[in-house]
Amino acid sequence: MTNQDENKEGIGGMINPRRYGIERVAYLLMRLSGLGLLAYFIGHIYETSSILKGQIGWNAFLAITQTNAGHAILAIVIAMCVFHTVNGIRVMLGHGGVGVGKPARPDYPYIPASQNIRHKMGIYSAIILAAIAMMYGLAVMFGE
Amino acid sequence: MAQTPSLAEESGSTPFSSSQSITLRIARYNPQHDSAKSFMEFQVPYEKWTTVLEAILEVKKHFDHSVAVRYSCRQATCGSCGMIINGKPRLACFTKISELNSNVITVEPMNNFPIIRDLAVKFERLFDTHHKIKPYLIRDDTEITTNTKEFLQTPEELEQYIQFSNCIKCGLCNSACPTMATDSSFVGPQALAQAYRYVADSRDKGKDNRLKIIDDSHGIWRCHFAGSCSQVCPKGVDPAMGIQLLRGYMLGFRS
Ligand code: HEM
Ligand code: SF4
Ligand code: FES
Repeated sequence: MTNQDENKEGIGGMINPRRYGIERVAYLLMRLSGLGLLAYFIGHIYETSSILKGQIGWNAFLAITQTNAGHAILAIVIAMCVFHTVNGIRVMLGHGGVGVGKPARPDYPYIPASQNIRHKMGIYSAIILAAIAMMYGLAVMFGE
Repeated sequence: MAQTPSLAEESGSTPFSSSQSITLRIARYNPQHDSAKSFMEFQVPYEKWTTVLEAILEVKKHFDHSVAVRYSCRQATCGSCGMIINGKPRLACFTKISELNSNVITVEPMNNFPIIRDLAVKFERLFDTHHKIKPYLIRDDTEITTNTKEFLQTPEELEQYIQFSNCIKCGLCNSACPTMATDSSFVGPQALAQAYRYVADSRDKGKDNRLKIIDDSHGIWRCHFAGSCSQVCPKGVDPAMGIQLLRGYMLGFRS
């Protein structure tokens, strides 16, 4: 069946963070940070391989990270790293059935136990820690 | 009313005497001749208790009978009337106009389901995936051959799965799921929650069998625990919880 036939929401619906609370924001940030880190990782291997060109090549490449744009990119990488790790631990625990609540007879208005305060706190902590780490990184890099 | 109401009047919905009204925008689409979805707007009077389904039926009665909508029980039991109401999947019969806090109400067919016409969508795939996880007790003996004539359960054992047996197969969870939005082969939160419902039932002996079915590349591992399914479920099933508990078994976190 084609996409049109099934009336699927598509990527736009998948990444839309506005409808289903902070959990869906975390879902989007997890994907973006995962892909961002992957891109950084590949770039990092490429960058460090410049050491094969000797000290001059290495220093020339290192200079890129000393520019304002380089600092900004590194700050984003720090934030992605912290968010991805902290939220990753939350997601792995959740995937193992930890902290998702216990089955019980639901009562109206049916607040789902899996969408609980522990996981929300985990998400907010990941975002706040990422912001703090990024600001600290910016202070170190631009404060020289 | 002075006169006895005629049968026709009586059989219809309660006439709305309210001075309040909303704009109801209904998505119209017939895959057989339309190339794209369009919207028709209607001014519909409502009361504090009027549901979105009643407003749609009001439109069918007084303005345009051709609007296609599926419903039956009107009390959140049959699972027929799921649709996108102001951007989110909800049951039309279980959503009051007054709770939406909006003067404009837009109703569209549920996402991630093929459209039959207007607001009615096909449920074949939902029923197929539901069936795929073997939604029945699996065991060698039957109640007829055992001495006790019934499989006894403690209240605690019942508590393990009773929440998940509330599912009415309305498909709202599959419509909200971000994996469903792009993956046509994903088994989906509805079926996965039902897999948990039977695995967690102390009378069932089909755990290994069922876990094998969902341990598939388009099975349980495609769930990222975004939880939107649980947020839209009108029966408090919490599919996201069932799926993570199920995955807990598979990863060895639980036994
Ligand atoms: C301690 C460090 C890390 C932890 C705890 C972690 C954890 C996770 C988890 C749990 C997921 C699955 C998320 C989901 O189911 O939605 C994930 C996805 C992903 N991770 Fe990591 N990760 C870490 C480091 C990294 C690094 C260094 C990279 C890049 C080289 C990376 C790249 C990715 C990518 C590309 C995805 C897929 C994104 C998605 O499909 O949503 N991760 N990570
Ligand atoms: S789990 Fe809830 S939302 Fe999903 S089909 Fe069942 S009743 Fe509907
Ligand atoms: S009409 Fe039966 S669930 Fe809405």
